[in-house]
Amino acid sequence: MPHLEYMNACHTAMVLKVVVLFTECYSLDILKIRLWHPQAIIAVHTTCLSETIGDDLTSIIQDISIPEGKYMIHTNTPSYKGSHVTGFSNMVASFISYLSVKSGKKNGKVAIIPGFTNPGDMREMKKIATAMGVKYTMLPDTSAVMDSPMTGKFEMYPKGGTTVEEIIELGDSELTLALGKAASESGAETLEKKCKVPYKVLPLPIGIANTDEYIMALQSYSKQEIPYMIEEERGQLVDILIDIHQYTYNKKVAIFGDPDTVLGLAEFVLEMGMIPKYLVTGTPGDAFGAAANELFNKFGVTDCKAKAAGDLFELHQWIKEEGVDLLIGGTHGKYIARAEDIPFVRAGFPYGQTR
Amino acid sequence: MENISILDERKDFILLKQGGCGGNGMKCDTNSVSGSVSQRACVYSGARVVLNPITDAFHIVHGPIGCASYTWDIRGSLSSGEDLYRNSFSTDLREQDVIFGGEKKLTAAIEEIAENHQPKLIFVYSTCIVGVIGDDVEAVCKAMSEKYNIRVIPVKSPGFSGNKSVGYKMACNAIMELIKDVKPEKRRGVNILGDFNLAGEMWIIKDYLNKIGIQVVSTITGDSNYENLLKAPSAELNIVQCAGSSTYLANRMEEEMGIPYIKVSFFGIEDTTSSLIRTAEALNNEEARQKAIAFTSEEAEKIKDFEAKYRKNLDGKKAAIYVGGGFKAISLIRQFRSMGIETVVVGTQTGKKEDYDIIESLVNPDTVILDDTNPAELEKFIKEKGAHILVGGVKERPLAYKLGIAFCDHNHERKHPLSGFDGVINFTKEINMSINNPVWKFIRKEAAL
Repeated sequence: MPHLEYMNACHTAMVLKVVVLFTECYSLDILKIRLWHPQAIIAVHTTCLSETIGDDLTSIIQDISIPEGKYMIHTNTPSYKGSHVTGFSNMVASFISYLSVKSGKKNGKVAIIPGFTNPGDMREMKKIATAMGVKYTMLPDTSAVMDSPMTGKFEMYPKGGTTVEEIIELGDSELTLALGKAASESGAETLEKKCKVPYKVLPLPIGIANTDEYIMALQSYSKQEIPYMIEEERGQLVDILIDIHQYTYNKKVAIFGDPDTVLGLAEFVLEMGMIPKYLVTGTPGDAFGAAANELFNKFGVTDCKAKAAGDLFELHQWIKEEGVDLLIGGTHGKYIARAEDIPFVRAGFPYGQTR
Repeated sequence: MENISILDERKDFILLKQGGCGGNGMKCDTNSVSGSVSQRACVYSGARVVLNPITDAFHIVHGPIGCASYTWDIRGSLSSGEDLYRNSFSTDLREQDVIFGGEKKLTAAIEEIAENHQPKLIFVYSTCIVGVIGDDVEAVCKAMSEKYNIRVIPVKSPGFSGNKSVGYKMACNAIMELIKDVKPEKRRGVNILGDFNLAGEMWIIKDYLNKIGIQVVSTITGDSNYENLLKAPSAELNIVQCAGSSTYLANRMEEEMGIPYIKVSFFGIEDTTSSLIRTAEALNNEEARQKAIAFTSEEAEKIKDFEAKYRKNLDGKKAAIYVGGGFKAISLIRQFRSMGIETVVVGTQTGKKEDYDIIESLVNPDTVILDDTNPAELEKFIKEKGAHILVGGVKERPLAYKLGIAFCDHNHERKHPLSGFDGVINFTKEINMSINNPVWKFIRKEAAL
């Protein structure tokens, strides 16, 4: 089910005067005074407008006198560069480059960057890490924030999430696990550069092999035996796959969405004997196509296409030329599913309403 | 958050209705305060929502992909014809284009559409970045119009040029650009302005007008198309439903085409009835007036039992309203009152002074009136005034739920038509369904205190 959650963002309300006169500090000054209480941190995103008129956030933030114990960071998110995955990845990296510090004393924790996933995914990743006896800090962690419970009291700042202290201490981590190359590698790289924390890039833990890989990476760090709970859940999944294997075998699937999610889902459907006929992501970059081709080769499937910086119009054309049995992707896939009368499984972002 | 404080610059936008006659009014119809969390959308979005329901137009968003993506199919406007309007077309400007200009890409986009899809009408929206890099969108549109002999109309809507109302105005200008030079012969009938056929509401209004013997010439923009819009200048009268977005167009059509207008509202029995009668009166059509009186009293009679049945469920409840335009807020206050519900908080994104004057005269003393408010203020006043339900749009829904109160969507995403007599039934049911839902009983009361 789509999940409604409350998230506010504040704006500088740039108007013509600001744009023409380049009065950058005017807006940000007002913002900072209003926002210091009660949050400890302000994260500023730029827009195509502020980037193009040339606001230099680094120097603006340096010029602002920030009260003790409060923080202000920024990241560059002009919408003409990359995609929302780029923005996500930039913001994670900025949190680390502004805040994380190496104290010289390791804290025995693993830094986990969960990729562009939803709070339910993050809960699952955390559950597995805990089961594997790994102490961790997850950044970002939207669980208990974007899926916070109804307690009868409205909290603008729910209790979940990563704290500023935890982000600072990321510098003392033993290892970073970056889940999903497109969304998470840049954050891990930043932490390595700044604080010498080694990192591993793993695929998003979707499907059997990818989840195994995540578990094994945790195990190679904790050296702990895999608990029965994980064996049991894995066994249940394999059991389901056996129950349905004749139905899924050789069925053709089109998958679209964010690069890491699409690659994870593609591997999962391949494990089910399906053929990921078309893989499309809107996010630009060559890595996607290369990773997809590697997958096709690994499973020995031919006649499959993958495209980065693609769109649903093109995917629709491909499907018209040669059809598929199933469509997997975010909410906007409904148009293709209806027009071509093919079943549609919603997965990924955005996961919205129907009409 | 305890003790929510109101930003100093925001204080003038908030009015507490006093006993007796109003004071000096409140601040409204201006740009949002920097640092507050305005619920308004941007200039481009304002223009897009007005023009989007034109079913056979190609809407090209000249800007980065985000602008097109966030407004893709956001209105629940229904169509009796084409489905084209539910797509978004974008020039997908990238960093290179920002440096070297985006005119070539725009030209290519229009050429692609013109050569492959036989368009009649293309709108080209300028977004923030286009305003900054200075693409001559007008020149490109003009050249393309001439090359393909189709209408390619620029919509000047960079975000920094003001607030959502400016976007409405730019959309109205684009419609005028389309229709100003057609001089069709005058015919009997009206244009309906400012209804967007959400959940099929335009069809209800059209049906009512037909029933009382008034022809509908053109609809702007709900369920409209290119051919239909060109007929608009031939009408005798404009009736304006969403005053916030379309009064500017009505004014221009009055000045330049001599078509007078009246403001109407088809929300609630009272406003639906008076709107039908006033439309007949404005046309000097006595026969239609008589029919309107007969039709509305007959329809009102039909739902009397229905109203009485629900009244006991709703009597004494308190409502908070936060909607786009002033006229809708006014209708909602009246409609709630007829259901036994008093409005304790009311605000709009783009209300004008005259709207707020009417609102102030309608509501009880101690009602809070807000212009361009934000979630913190809404939270504060909803709690202070003890509202049981919030009526608003998609941005307000999660706030209401988090505060543990009922909610009714009166914006783009409404699933049922809320206008006319059919709308009264849907609206009453929706309010009842949420306000009297057993789900609220599971909230732990001790925590709420």
